[in-house]
Amino acid sequence: MQLLLITLALVLVFVVIVQVGKAVELISVIKEEDDRREETSRSVAFWFGITGFLLLIFMAVTGYYEYGKFLPVPASEHGVWIQELITVTLIVTGIVLLITNFLLFFFSWKYRYRKDRRAFYYPHNNKLELIWTVIPALALTVLVGMGIDKWFKIFSEAPSEAIRIEATAKQFGWYIRYGGKDNKLGPRDFTLVNAENELGVRWNDEASQDDFLSDEIVLPVNTPVYVNIAALDVIHNFYLPEFRLMMDAVPGMPTKFWFKPTITTEKMREIKGDPEFDYELACNQLCGTGHWNMKRVVRIVTEEEYKVWFAEQKSYYEQNILAKKEEATPVAPAVAADSAAAVVDSTVTE
Amino acid sequence: MATSNIHEHGATVAHAAGHHHEETFFSKYVFSMDHKMIAKQFLIAGMMWAIIGGLFSVLFRVQLAWPDETFPLLETLFSNWFDSGKLTTDAYYALVTMHGTIMVFFVLTAGLSGTFANLLIPYQIGARDMASPLMNALSFWLFILSSLIMLASVFLPTGMASGGWTIYPPLSALPQASSGSGMGMTLWLISMTLFIASQLLAGINYISTVLNLRTKGMTMFRMPLTVWALFFTAIIGLLSFPVLVSAAVLLIFDRGLGTSFYLSDIYIGGQALAYSGGSAILFQHLFWFLGHPEVYIVILPAMGMVSEILAVNSRKPIFGYKAMIFSILGIAVLGFIVWAHHMFMTGMNPFLGSVFILFTLLIAVPSSVKVFNWLATIWRGNIRMTPATIFALGFVSLFISGGVTGIWLGNATIDIQLHDTYFVVAHFHIIMGIAAFFGMFAGVYHWFPKMYGRFMNETLAYIHFFITFIGSYLIFWPMHYLGMSGVPRRYYSFNEFKAFAEYGDMNILITVAAIIVFFTQFIFVINFFWSMKKGRVVTELNPWKANTLEWTTPLERIHGNWPGELPTVYRWAYDYSKFEDGPDFIPQTVPMTEEEIQMEKNAHH
Repeated sequence: MQLLLITLALVLVFVVIVQVGKAVELISVIKEEDDRREETSRSVAFWFGITGFLLLIFMAVTGYYEYGKFLPVPASEHGVWIQELITVTLIVTGIVLLITNFLLFFFSWKYRYRKDRRAFYYPHNNKLELIWTVIPALALTVLVGMGIDKWFKIFSEAPSEAIRIEATAKQFGWYIRYGGKDNKLGPRDFTLVNAENELGVRWNDEASQDDFLSDEIVLPVNTPVYVNIAALDVIHNFYLPEFRLMMDAVPGMPTKFWFKPTITTEKMREIKGDPEFDYELACNQLCGTGHWNMKRVVRIVTEEEYKVWFAEQKSYYEQNILAKKEEATPVAPAVAADSAAAVVDSTVTE
Repeated sequence: MATSNIHEHGATVAHAAGHHHEETFFSKYVFSMDHKMIAKQFLIAGMMWAIIGGLFSVLFRVQLAWPDETFPLLETLFSNWFDSGKLTTDAYYALVTMHGTIMVFFVLTAGLSGTFANLLIPYQIGARDMASPLMNALSFWLFILSSLIMLASVFLPTGMASGGWTIYPPLSALPQASSGSGMGMTLWLISMTLFIASQLLAGINYISTVLNLRTKGMTMFRMPLTVWALFFTAIIGLLSFPVLVSAAVLLIFDRGLGTSFYLSDIYIGGQALAYSGGSAILFQHLFWFLGHPEVYIVILPAMGMVSEILAVNSRKPIFGYKAMIFSILGIAVLGFIVWAHHMFMTGMNPFLGSVFILFTLLIAVPSSVKVFNWLATIWRGNIRMTPATIFALGFVSLFISGGVTGIWLGNATIDIQLHDTYFVVAHFHIIMGIAAFFGMFAGVYHWFPKMYGRFMNETLAYIHFFITFIGSYLIFWPMHYLGMSGVPRRYYSFNEFKAFAEYGDMNILITVAAIIVFFTQFIFVINFFWSMKKGRVVTELNPWKANTLEWTTPLERIHGNWPGELPTVYRWAYDYSKFEDGPDFIPQTVPMTEEEIQMEKNAHH
């Protein structure tokens, strides 16, 4: 019934519009072609001009408002650099956008058809062409220069003191692994992956034995962090909007990104006026039906708080592998806590 | 030498056309080899696909605007995709994927190029038909076959392909990664392979027609810009589409034969898979080697038509004719070396990234030359605000607004913040989606009298324009702000993230505008079919007072286009308002006067 009513209403609307169109057409055909064209050109140009005028105001006002109010405060060192480049680009492109759009709407209105006028025959002007080739080229050179300069700065070598963490994505969640006391992430080997060792960490390597997993990403403010990014199944993306950090997580091809958080969660709560605020990790590469639901909380804390938290963390190897080995040797160990509980014959991993 | 050949060819066909041979319904309307009929077939098929693609977008926009509501009404209509009144996540991603695929390939590639290259190339260069009418018909029917296969996937119990229109593996390669990666993806790959074959047949035909079948006097630099644009479009397609076939074939091997071109080190569903040594990123390089030129395949024909329509209706020559040609050339060449800007965030070598920043931003130079030339064309013109004109002017506005944001995204440093957010969605929808549609509408309104011998209703066209123009800005402009605020694309719901859930109101605004714009398109569809039968009849040969050759053909649209000899061309297509008195246009078939020849000589010294 509801469906029928909606359909009927739509049909009615269309019938009315079509009838109006037919009626206007019938009236206008009676007039001389030239007069008719002049008349419609005037009214269409008028409404097009009004639309353009409102459009420009809409763009300028919402753009200004957005830049001031919506753009999240960058919470990392390089985030500020990106912000600078956005500001310059916004000014350059904003001016071009408003001026060219204005000229378009203005000319459309000003030079609308009049039957007794004649257009100005003006087929080309090489000097003008040169000017409007060179000026954009120069403006773009500046933007390219600034962009490449910052790009290399962002992807420079990480400082050696950077905290080493690793984010591994899977459908649909994350493993966050810390380098532990030695700040070294133990090596991984795909052939070792199984249900109890889903990351395929090589336990016989010393560097891996103090590594720990964490539900949250906890990091000290103003300290560089080196993130290794990986994926188990399909391509994901490690995305931290406030830190302006984004990097694909590709199975079979580890990626990396280093950054320096500059605002603690506490401080950001103050800035936003939102005591509930948390930094969030999201996935930003379509990875299947759960793509939109891969959240992890990121907590930026002070150096002292971080030390306390860090001291509380327990090695995954000692907790889950060693302990179980001692308990139940030589029987196969139980399934790891976080896994999907699928029991896998370890020979499959070949 | 070449000229005389063309002439002979023309004469023989004219002779053949003189005889009336019986045409059955099938040979005339279905398996037609006449370029004009094939153009109409492409246009109507494109319109059908556009309605389907648009409908899909409305369905997933409803989900984004009201993620907590239920829609029993929609469930009765689309029971496969709704579960207890809500769009399922599987269906959501399938609709997103198919919306992209349909719009980019079936509507804006086949629908746009297929219609206007077929219609305008033979007409505007003075040819009787395409170089190979048979290949032309084959191209259309391969497109229909590919369409049917794609359409069949709608009815699969496992659903349509759902890995995004870019079908990145491993997601698209592994049926266990997503239900759409099963049979749905298989059909997608088969359909696209046929589609590409169709495009190649068409493209080879367009290129050889332009090169070989120009009428006497029609030198390359006398061709209208529409033909130039369609010519470059065909070349780009010919060079880039085969790369997509190779990408698709390797993906088919990975899916079916256990090869590891794109797959490596995968642990999924509690099982480690035996693939090793492949690169998922390789696929992206192959895909975007087509994918980026593809956006120029979509936009160049629209640019060509807009140039033509603005010149005719401003009663002025297009400003900087040669600059317009060389800027298309520049865009076409640069378009091949910017593909990796879609992949800045894949962990590529930063040096490689910097090279792609340079080339990507460079492409803004020829693009801005085009914009300035359009503005200079309408400057001091005498602009007849026909429906075609207003859509062409709307195109220019959208091209500017969508173009400037390309300078943001092409700069990899800014892309770190905006990649795969709604900013990108806004950017490419404005510049290659809506703008290309506007070019298409402009073309339809302008050449409808030539196609069907009747005018479309202008009042309905203006209503169509204003709602679509304002509505499109209302849909896509706010998306820039969503993107700048960090909201990622391809999310089924934003409720899980506090930072993204804030913009619920904006999403409702966007969806309401999208629904209005979608239904407004039916005004166009009704106008189109109604005018075909009942529109005001065209009584004069050249209703727009244009210079190009298509308006010298008789009102009755005959096979072979011109009843007698082919017209001879003496001048370029843009002599509008050249002299103070007399008619304000001089068709290409009018010989130069002594005075003009003298003027031209003086200009060269």
